[in-house]
Amino acid sequence: MKNKNKKQSLVSRNEWIILLVAIVIPFVFDFSPYIQGLLIFILMWVILGSSWNLLAGFTGQVSFGHAAYFGIGAYAAGLPYLHYHISPWWGLLTGGIAAIVVGYLLGIMVFRLRGPYFALGTLASAEILRIVFGQEEWLTNGHNGILYMTTWVSKYPYYFIGLALTVAALLSIKIIMKTKAGFYFLSIREDEDAASALGINTKKYKNISTVVSTFWAGVAGAFYMIYMGFIDPEVVFALHNISIITILVAIIGGVGTIWGPAIGAVVMVFVQEFFRSAFFGFGPQWISGMHALIFGLLVIFVILYLPGGIMGDWDLIGKKLKFVKKAKVN
Amino acid sequence: MNTFLQSLVSGLLIGGLYAIIGIGMSLIMGVLKIINLAHGQLMMVAMYVTWALWQFLGIDPYLSIIIAVPFVFFLGEGISKFLLHPLMEKDSILPENQVLMTVGIGMVLVELARSIFSSDYRSVQTSYTDANIQLGGISLSVPMVIAFVAAIILTSGMFYLLTKTDLGRSIRATAQDKDAATLMGISSGKITVFTYGLGSALVAAAGTFLLPVYYLYPDVGPIFTVKAFVITILGGMGSTVGAIAGGLVLGIAETLGATYISMGYRDAIGLVIFLLVLVFFPDGLKRFTKI
Repeated sequence: MKNKNKKQSLVSRNEWIILLVAIVIPFVFDFSPYIQGLLIFILMWVILGSSWNLLAGFTGQVSFGHAAYFGIGAYAAGLPYLHYHISPWWGLLTGGIAAIVVGYLLGIMVFRLRGPYFALGTLASAEILRIVFGQEEWLTNGHNGILYMTTWVSKYPYYFIGLALTVAALLSIKIIMKTKAGFYFLSIREDEDAASALGINTKKYKNISTVVSTFWAGVAGAFYMIYMGFIDPEVVFALHNISIITILVAIIGGVGTIWGPAIGAVVMVFVQEFFRSAFFGFGPQWISGMHALIFGLLVIFVILYLPGGIMGDWDLIGKKLKFVKKAKVN
Repeated sequence: MNTFLQSLVSGLLIGGLYAIIGIGMSLIMGVLKIINLAHGQLMMVAMYVTWALWQFLGIDPYLSIIIAVPFVFFLGEGISKFLLHPLMEKDSILPENQVLMTVGIGMVLVELARSIFSSDYRSVQTSYTDANIQLGGISLSVPMVIAFVAAIILTSGMFYLLTKTDLGRSIRATAQDKDAATLMGISSGKITVFTYGLGSALVAAAGTFLLPVYYLYPDVGPIFTVKAFVITILGGMGSTVGAIAGGLVLGIAETLGATYISMGYRDAIGLVIFLLVLVFFPDGLKRFTKI
């Protein structure tokens, strides 16, 4: 590798290529709206997965309640529209900030817990938010949800906005992992007591990690609201469809790697859609019901045989498959 | 006053079932040191087995316990042996790997149920489904009373197993200190696998007893998974007696909350209690009990 001697730049050559491909691809191929929708969903999952990955993969605080921040972001975009007809586009800003506030308040409570207790605490707080948002109809319109006529019919503007947000999210996580704070995060993940004994203010750095993580989760929620034009508590605060899938996206791609959640998101959306559409219409119809089953089996397989995920165990996969030369992309 | 008594009694009855679910979770947490997020899904499997036996063979739900419970027991043993146990030696970034595995298992179980039985709501209609006993102005649902009695029998059985038999003592020893237990000649690997099976069997029993009064669909599991860990934390991690108390407390709190606060907040009450207990009394009710 040529750039081994050079000081590692923030954005590597491969990453520039990926970005370029992502920008150019809609101009080259004339995708159907269906495929465009899938691409946008991939981007949303990349943001959400990366956000979880910063808190769990890098800082070691495994949250089972990322739907809380996602949902708060979505409602921060939706509620002003519902009550005052303020454009949900402001949500891209307010959604992130609202998620930070909620994340901090929940953090006061859940950061007193560790390991499995922390996981359960976050899970419970997300579930409580889901029930409260479903019940308080005067505020949230309850299970009827919030409906918003999307700004554009074409999906390309959403794709590029999503892409910009994704790049910003990945870049911000990359930058923060290069600073001192990033190394503190890793030390907290490896051994919180040792980190504390060495004089790291673990509480402060866990909060910093939460702020960045929840901000992007909130932005992803707001983006979902803007793009889909409809939210209700069962969708945006969903335990399984948001919180758990977020974790699985990061697990499949590789926990504790920058690009892991991105790869996981691509794999997740692709595998699910591949089966849902019955091999894009070429397979038998009964297979379309199996998409989530196949994804679940994939998760079990990855945890069992690739504990580091696709990204983390890239070398291992390379050795097994033989056709990939020893390459490290991180 | 009647309303209060009525909800208290209903809460107590459902609390008995919660206690069995909680004991299963509590055993698994104690020995495997993981949160079993597939707990409710295992219950769902037992419920579907019972339902299928009733629907296609006409077997009474209470009779099919002798099939459903062993089925889920061996399913749990298999999961533990082939999916959870191998992860113990594996090195990974996050120590929660086994918990995430249970998430994956739960997902597969739900989706299997969905592809076999579809997403329709199912229920079992028997002669005693709607039967009631009137007792001084309070009405008791017959299946719930049966479930409560069964819960008492099962918990006493578990209590006997854990305190008086070699197997139970091995389980408790492994829960307390795995290495020391291994040094004392306990095959802790086997005990671990067995405990997961036992926990699954308990929740399966709860599922079959709940089926006559409840409805069934593939996503029924997560609700009970959440309840199970609420009970476990409420009772103190790994404590059996605590889990019984936790189950009863949760059952009563839920029905009282549904009566006096709002039906919609029924499921939130347990979670709020859970968070408060987790933050302020991390030991749960364990401090009042020994095992």
